Amino acid sequence: MFAEKTNGRKKVENIILYALTAFLALSSFFIDKGKTKQAFKKAWKAFEKILPQLLGVVALVGLVLAFFEPATISSLIGSSSGWWGIVLSSTIGAITLIPGFIAFPMAALLLQNGAGYGQIGAFVSSLMMVGIVTLPMEIKYFGKKTAFLRNGLAFLFSFFVAFIIGRTVG
Amino acid sequence: MKNLKRYLLFILVLGALFGVYLVNREIGVKGFQMTVSSFIQMLLVLPPIFILLGLLDAWVPHKLMVKWMGEESGWKGAALALFLGSAAAGPLYGAFPVAAVFMKKGVKYSNILIFIGAWSTTKIPMFLFEITALGSGFALTRLALSLIGIFTIASIVNKLVSPKEKEKIYAQSKSL
Repeated sequence: MFAEKTNGRKKVENIILYALTAFLALSSFFIDKGKTKQAFKKAWKAFEKILPQLLGVVALVGLVLAFFEPATISSLIGSSSGWWGIVLSSTIGAITLIPGFIAFPMAALLLQNGAGYGQIGAFVSSLMMVGIVTLPMEIKYFGKKTAFLRNGLAFLFSFFVAFIIGRTVG
Repeated sequence: MKNLKRYLLFILVLGALFGVYLVNREIGVKGFQMTVSSFIQMLLVLPPIFILLGLLDAWVPHKLMVKWMGEESGWKGAALALFLGSAAAGPLYGAFPVAAVFMKKGVKYSNILIFIGAWSTTKIPMFLFEITALGSGFALTRLALSLIGIFTIASIVNKLVSPKEKEKIYAQSKSL
């Protein structure tokens, strides 16, 4: 139902990103060929370094998402599910990796199907801020301590979001 | 051999997907489809991000980044980090390589953490979309809470990670 609309939006966002990149790359090329070549070399090197992890993460997301149906999720996290539903929502948000353009319409659908506002707040917040599947990548860049701390705190923070949104919205 | 080890996670997950396929065809096929479609999505978003990164690395001098977001940059540096993260596009894993370049350029650790926080949850295009999907009450409340969360988490992590550990992380960013 939302798929076409979100794809359209995503396309527009992507076109802007590509146009901006093309404009900057061309300008850079006209000003300094050597520097531009160096920039592309650096871009490729950075991409190649992270590619194995990215592929692993993407496949892991596919594997996890294959087991989770929106219908299953909404039966578990209704507004009457209380703290148990909130903990579950945060956990699902933490382990799944759904882009916002898919997650928001999905969250809206879940709300229409009886999910609670607090639970959805926890889900959205932890989905955006916590990334279990991207943790290996984060560790590579930031080390274990920062990665675990940031994700752990963001996970706890999603309960706070659930508490406030559950009380004030809806 | 070294390359094989780098792709170990990918190979293991593909194996697991295949295992799932053998047990339950429907879930297995769905998993493969999801993998392929998110890979295509990733390939659409990431090339411009990495090219922009390369350009940033080549053109913006170290000195300027230190001045804007380095140790002495104060609240303006934090505000800039928040803005840059919010103006970004793409998934959170796109932020990590950007953060590595920021580290190489001498951006302060707390500002890197603010940048990551903003990229993860206060992206401007996402916020507009959140309003249309979930309503302005929900989106605005979450935005206000997120801002509190970003600064709180950044300052706690910044305090708990010792200067020595930060040095190590910055040194490592040079090799990425």
